[in-house]
Amino acid sequence: MLYLHVPFCVRKCNYCDFLSAVHPEERRERYVEALCAEIRARGKEYSGRTVTSIFFGGGTPSLLLPAQISGIMDVIRETFPVASDAEVTMECNPGTVKSTEKPEGESRQGNSDSEKKQESSKGEELRGNMAEEERLAGYLKAGINRLSIGLQSANDEELKLLGRIHDYEAFLRTYQAARAAGFSNVSVDLMNALPGQTLDSWKETLEKVLALKPVPEHLSVYSLILEEGTRFFTWDGEGKFTGKLQIPSEELDREMYAHTGKRLREAGFEQYEISNYAREGRECRHNYGYWIRKEYLGLGLGAASLLDEIRYSNETDLEKYLKDPLSGRTAQSLGRKEQMEEFLFLGLRTCRGVKRKEFLECFGEPLDQYWQAVIEKNVADGLLLDEGEGIRLTARGMDLSNYVSAQFLLEE
Amino acid sequence: MSQIDQSKIRNFCIVAHIDHGKSTLADRIIEQTGLLTSREMQAQVLDNMELERERGITIKAQAVRTVYKAKDGEEYIFNLIDTPGHVDFNYEVSRSLAACDGAILVVDAAQGIEAQTLANVYLALDHDLDVFPVINKIDLPSAEPQRVIEEIEDVIGIEAQDAPLISAKNGIGIEEVLEQIVHKIPAPKGSASAPLKALIFDCVYDSYKGVIVFCRIMEGTVKKGTEVLMMATGAKEEVVEVGYFGAGQFIPCEELSAGMVGYITASIKNVKDTAVGDTVTDAKNPCAEPLPGYKKVLSMVYCGIYPADGAKYPDLRDALEKLQLNDASLFYEPETSIALGFGFRCGFLGLLHLEIIQERLEREYNLDLVTTAPGVVYKVHKTNGECIELTNPSNLPDPSEIDYMEEPIVSAEIMVTSEFIGSIMTLCQERRGRYLGTEYIEGTRALLKYELPLNEIIYDFFDALKSRSRGYASFDYDIKGYEQSKLVKLDILINKEEVDALSFIVHADSAYERGRKMCEKLKDEIPRHLFEIPIQAAVGGKVIARETVRAMRKDVLAKCYGGDITRKKKLLEKQKEGKKRMRQIGNVEIPQKAFMSVLKLDDRD
Repeated sequence: MLYLHVPFCVRKCNYCDFLSAVHPEERRERYVEALCAEIRARGKEYSGRTVTSIFFGGGTPSLLLPAQISGIMDVIRETFPVASDAEVTMECNPGTVKSTEKPEGESRQGNSDSEKKQESSKGEELRGNMAEEERLAGYLKAGINRLSIGLQSANDEELKLLGRIHDYEAFLRTYQAARAAGFSNVSVDLMNALPGQTLDSWKETLEKVLALKPVPEHLSVYSLILEEGTRFFTWDGEGKFTGKLQIPSEELDREMYAHTGKRLREAGFEQYEISNYAREGRECRHNYGYWIRKEYLGLGLGAASLLDEIRYSNETDLEKYLKDPLSGRTAQSLGRKEQMEEFLFLGLRTCRGVKRKEFLECFGEPLDQYWQAVIEKNVADGLLLDEGEGIRLTARGMDLSNYVSAQFLLEE
Repeated sequence: MSQIDQSKIRNFCIVAHIDHGKSTLADRIIEQTGLLTSREMQAQVLDNMELERERGITIKAQAVRTVYKAKDGEEYIFNLIDTPGHVDFNYEVSRSLAACDGAILVVDAAQGIEAQTLANVYLALDHDLDVFPVINKIDLPSAEPQRVIEEIEDVIGIEAQDAPLISAKNGIGIEEVLEQIVHKIPAPKGSASAPLKALIFDCVYDSYKGVIVFCRIMEGTVKKGTEVLMMATGAKEEVVEVGYFGAGQFIPCEELSAGMVGYITASIKNVKDTAVGDTVTDAKNPCAEPLPGYKKVLSMVYCGIYPADGAKYPDLRDALEKLQLNDASLFYEPETSIALGFGFRCGFLGLLHLEIIQERLEREYNLDLVTTAPGVVYKVHKTNGECIELTNPSNLPDPSEIDYMEEPIVSAEIMVTSEFIGSIMTLCQERRGRYLGTEYIEGTRALLKYELPLNEIIYDFFDALKSRSRGYASFDYDIKGYEQSKLVKLDILINKEEVDALSFIVHADSAYERGRKMCEKLKDEIPRHLFEIPIQAAVGGKVIARETVRAMRKDVLAKCYGGDITRKKKLLEKQKEGKKRMRQIGNVEIPQKAFMSVLKLDDRD
């Protein structure tokens, strides 16, 4: 599995703590060059393995032009054996793929505000749509076969609060353009438990997404986390999230979560992880790989890898990375205890859970030798199901997965 | 060094209200007598405990010896014994005074006489010390030295016209203080050839030297090899070393003779053999009678102290034993709590003393502690005529066996400027105070006299006093005695189970209010569990307040992809660690700090 990080955004969203920032076009071009250099240099590390999935994450990978993506894909194919049926995902934000030249929101030289306004007039919009489709077709042609579109909410007020650059209309255009361009595997990202969000407004977002034609193959639904260093975190500290912007209580949050599971099941989706739902056979193979501890090579600024039981993390300073994309990588070797713990807490995120046979095959010792008491306690508490061949979280266990997982950590 | 002329020795201490500049003056005296150069001076040499420096207060008595060359051309040996200023530590003051022949009274030129100025001066006069006043902080814009001089003469009745006007902070007038020490403080008396008679005024434990005994030689001489007898404990030891106090160090010398202040070590390993206040004599040539010592002060405030980790119980016991060595006012005895396991019921002079001991245990002995709510000693008169002294609320007999209860009452003196009299009187009323009268010191200041129940002042009375007088009020108290009172035991039930460590005694009229606040506080302190947890306050089995900790509904990280795994693992580890610091009571985990939460009930007022 390959992960490629694209740390650029048109603007930083108010809730986002990912490694991404606003950078000029020239810097992006240099970044693509550095990234390609890194890919070539790291080819050896991945020798003996076949690439079964590639994931362009961000930031906003769709800020890169089809030609840039295509260039990167070429270098990947030159460097690694890539399976013919490999899943190749790209994250894409509405409002960033309007033309094949420059994404929306970027100021063009000599462009005045009035000119910008004209751009969004009807005629321009039509041409914009055409251009969007063309750009997305370019990605398809470069080898991308799965799109993950960041919608977050179908409510324009909520989108504004989140600091997204698009409204729901803009998403619709991107979505339709993706379908028209020929993408047959599309995922949509949503967020709930937003400040001021009600159960009804969440239901509405969900219904709008389920009414899309065709319906997305995959949905990721994340409950908002206030991360340190984000504007949301600051605002919360300043007491801005009160009254109308009250952050949903734990109770309401879980009501939204329960509704999501129920409604999506009715609509033909199956939940396969805490925050992920897919139509049959459309689970994200790449992300699933993380939870079953498949090896992956992370490329680009701050990207993480797991190879030969070592977790690596790339340089996080962009300037340093541009100078030497191989420098500044840290490594943490995982002992047997850590491997076992990861096997459990990652495996328990999936709805399939952890299988006794697989643990035994992996570690040569039975699961119960370490966790019999923990399993029994959590089964008794109604948080875990023990089905003999394996264990998995109950619905309540999913709500409290940290509480359960922490108990699976072993003593020194 | 062995031939020291007794007439050239001055043993003295400095007494003052807190913040009037006692420790700063001590520093200047040490500096200007040339024992230390300015460069060697660390601010406030005598406050050598880390804790004392941080809090800016003196907790333990400290001693130092310096040499002063006076204007008459003679060299004098000064033994300066520093004393604590806080009302909690009168006992310590009393110990220091017993080793001195005179005292310097420091009074702030702007604030004048305060409650503790009076208390400390009276203590010094009780010990027959010669006291001379010093007016400090004369360089403050608000300084009124002449007014303060008159106040000293009027209120205390000691001569103050020639009091040195100084600024200890800026080194003004220190020379005059040094001269007055020579002329106004008497030289010690006592014969160097008489049988040894020395007063122990402090001890410290040193892991190399064993117990180091601080003493004032009243009669006779002690040197290396002398076999000494501790008259109260009966312990006999051979002296290994004698010496005096440099700044922050022990300097060995040949011998200590009548009138001198110094230390002796005698490879005393068992700390119980040494009692502060005891008399040291020569085992082969004992003195006829021990010194009167000084009266043992009773512990006023009690609380339970438990190790957070039950396995550390022996460590806690050792630490308490060592602290008690030079803090005779610390009392402790083993006790057991259903909630907290094995620990100690400890007695203190006051709440500050309690906090100091708690912090010293945690810092100097690296212990993680759980402390229960502090309380006072109640007298419980049972229907069968028996009277028990109750220090632990859990031991309160069944109400049917109780005839009546008594609580300790203090006589309090509060000095305050007239504009705050109203708000301070309101405070005293809220605390069930009984007004005795007002004395006006001069036009703008008054001394309010009250009787107050001790359990109303141990928590936060001092803070409340300060905040309601913008820091101007000062306060001192004495235990007056016991009075009958309508007291009840407030029990706390967590998930329907009574938690003994959270029970406390309270006046019946404030039970509801305290119970309600306690439940609110605990609701914030106890984390959500898998199930709902009722928190109840009850008096005599009847629930008077209730809060609920709702069941945990969400504890999940929505996102966990390739780059999140290391971080996520750390988060889980932190979560697991946090659980270890909880106390399991029934099936509820209670954070340690919850047991102290009763202390902070009044904070939000």
